[in-house]
Amino acid sequence: MKHKMTFTLVSALFATTAMAHADDLTVASWGGSYQEAQSKALFEPAAKAMGIDVKQETYGGMSDVKLQVSTGQVTLDIVASGSGSAARAGAEGMLEELDYDVIDVSNFGPTLYSKYCVGGDVFSTTYAWNTDTYGENGPQSWADFWDVEKFPGKRAYRNKVAGALEPALMADGVAPEDVYKVLDSEEGIERALNKIRELRPNIDVFWSSGAQQAQLMKDGEVDMTTGWNGRFDNAKKDGAKVAYSYNQALLDYDCFAIPKGAPNKDLAMKFLAEISKPEYQDDLPKYITYGPTNNLAFETGVIDAATAAGLPSSPENAAKQLPISLEWYAKWETVASEMYQEMMTE
Amino acid sequence: MQATPANASGLRVDEKLERMKLFGLSSPALLLVLVILVIPVGWLFYVSFLGGNGQFSLENYQRMVERSSYMRIFRTTFEVSLVTTGLCILIGYPLAYFLSQIPPRIANLCMITVLLPFWTSLLVRTYAWLVLLQKQGLINEWAMALGLWDEPIKMVHNMTGTLIGMVHIMLPFLILPVYGSMKAVDRDYVKAAANLGASPRRAFWDVFFPLTMPGLFAGTLMVFILCLGFFVTPAVLGGGKVIMVSMKIVSNIELFVSWGAASALGVVLLALTFAILWVASRFLKLDQIAGGGH
Repeated sequence: MKHKMTFTLVSALFATTAMAHADDLTVASWGGSYQEAQSKALFEPAAKAMGIDVKQETYGGMSDVKLQVSTGQVTLDIVASGSGSAARAGAEGMLEELDYDVIDVSNFGPTLYSKYCVGGDVFSTTYAWNTDTYGENGPQSWADFWDVEKFPGKRAYRNKVAGALEPALMADGVAPEDVYKVLDSEEGIERALNKIRELRPNIDVFWSSGAQQAQLMKDGEVDMTTGWNGRFDNAKKDGAKVAYSYNQALLDYDCFAIPKGAPNKDLAMKFLAEISKPEYQDDLPKYITYGPTNNLAFETGVIDAATAAGLPSSPENAAKQLPISLEWYAKWETVASEMYQEMMTE
Repeated sequence: MQATPANASGLRVDEKLERMKLFGLSSPALLLVLVILVIPVGWLFYVSFLGGNGQFSLENYQRMVERSSYMRIFRTTFEVSLVTTGLCILIGYPLAYFLSQIPPRIANLCMITVLLPFWTSLLVRTYAWLVLLQKQGLINEWAMALGLWDEPIKMVHNMTGTLIGMVHIMLPFLILPVYGSMKAVDRDYVKAAANLGASPRRAFWDVFFPLTMPGLFAGTLMVFILCLGFFVTPAVLGGGKVIMVSMKIVSNIELFVSWGAASALGVVLLALTFAILWVASRFLKLDQIAGGGH
């Protein structure tokens, strides 16, 4: 009798979890004003159009995916990721291959999708400054960011390696087009780290999230920080005294991937196809200054000329920037990350 | 009154029976300890000896010796824990003494304020310190408005902020056992000392203070050991610059998905903690502290 009841209880439990998964999709992203924008422009309208429930979570990046895949407890169906980390995770077998017969990328820029990850938005990793401290014409290059005599004040810098070494090399006088050539060896990575060590006495905070960048600038805790352009625009909308430049910024894109063994892989694929359509992507710049990856999104008339010109991917802005090298991240991120963490403890 | 031999053997049998009964009663608890403590720690120990390729290897421990960052991280961890514990004693002992001397009704009220922090989440309290201590935070703004200092003082995103936050969180763990042992001290002892001509200071140091030692040691050990494993407070208030062992464990898993490296760190921290307890037990009777025996 007792056994029977336990059995019924357990099976009921299994039934509900199975049911909950049947028409549910779990999407994880980076939180803050970024995920809010994705939610309003992409996730919610697409879920409504497909008649499914999408559960949103925030997560800590591909490391979470690796944890889930390596322990066989995959709960996420779709994750938003930096393109570089996705390239590495894909190479390590953590992601499902995407089916481009389902997802239509015929109007995507050729570099904005890969075997494992389909681009969602184009953004910049750049430097921002407090306009109360430096006025509208703050630092205009990474060399300026490093120049504490011309621009005295406290800096914030990333606590992880992604997007942290390229600026250091440019500040050290390496031409943007040579950055990845120099970084293609441990000596090159060490050179970038040494440049960061040089700035370290003036780095007050090593930030760990996009929300933290915005908060540091809003609170005036630091005078300058590295970070993502959309976060700064949104902080400015909230009243922060902040400006940024695209000069020497790192042009990058975020993409969506499906973890290996995702519980609802097929539905996830269909959902990615849906949110890659121009009618969703053209709404994204309303909420955050990140450009669409589907070129047709510029032709729906939703993005006006002024907005388009301010996006990281506009031809004029893109020309000033260094595009991130996915090959470099796939090859070097683990080694560089370890060296970076070593430097952080000094 | 001496027991007859027959009586004595009967007593022994009874004692044995009672011991078995007690053991039976405590077996659920023992089983729980086995399942949730011994097995996982054993597993942790096992995993720490697995290398990157899944084979038995010492590479996780070797790395700790070879990389200077691990040494620095352990040093920071012990530094933070020692200073936090020291500050907690300096602030907590006098406060507990004050609480033990005032009328119970007021003492109870004060005790509630000591315990109040326990009722809010650790994360909330940590972020509250961030709001208070940052450059344009409440403390700097008020102090500058009052003319106490002209430039904002840097109190957070560094060691200072970490220590402030940790002392605040740890203080109750010291005050409670100290207060308990102070309340247990018979006031007549101090009076007797005074009666025998001791000055108040002498009576305090020679009579009262030694009697509160068990509580003080218990609190000190508890605070120190809890500090060793701290994560949230240094992560938020340290500005990425105060890196403790727990944070390195997280980054080993988050960045490198290296369970072995993370486990090895856990094992070393555990071993060091045991070593400290062992040293402490050489100087004082731990069971007395744990039992609060007077």
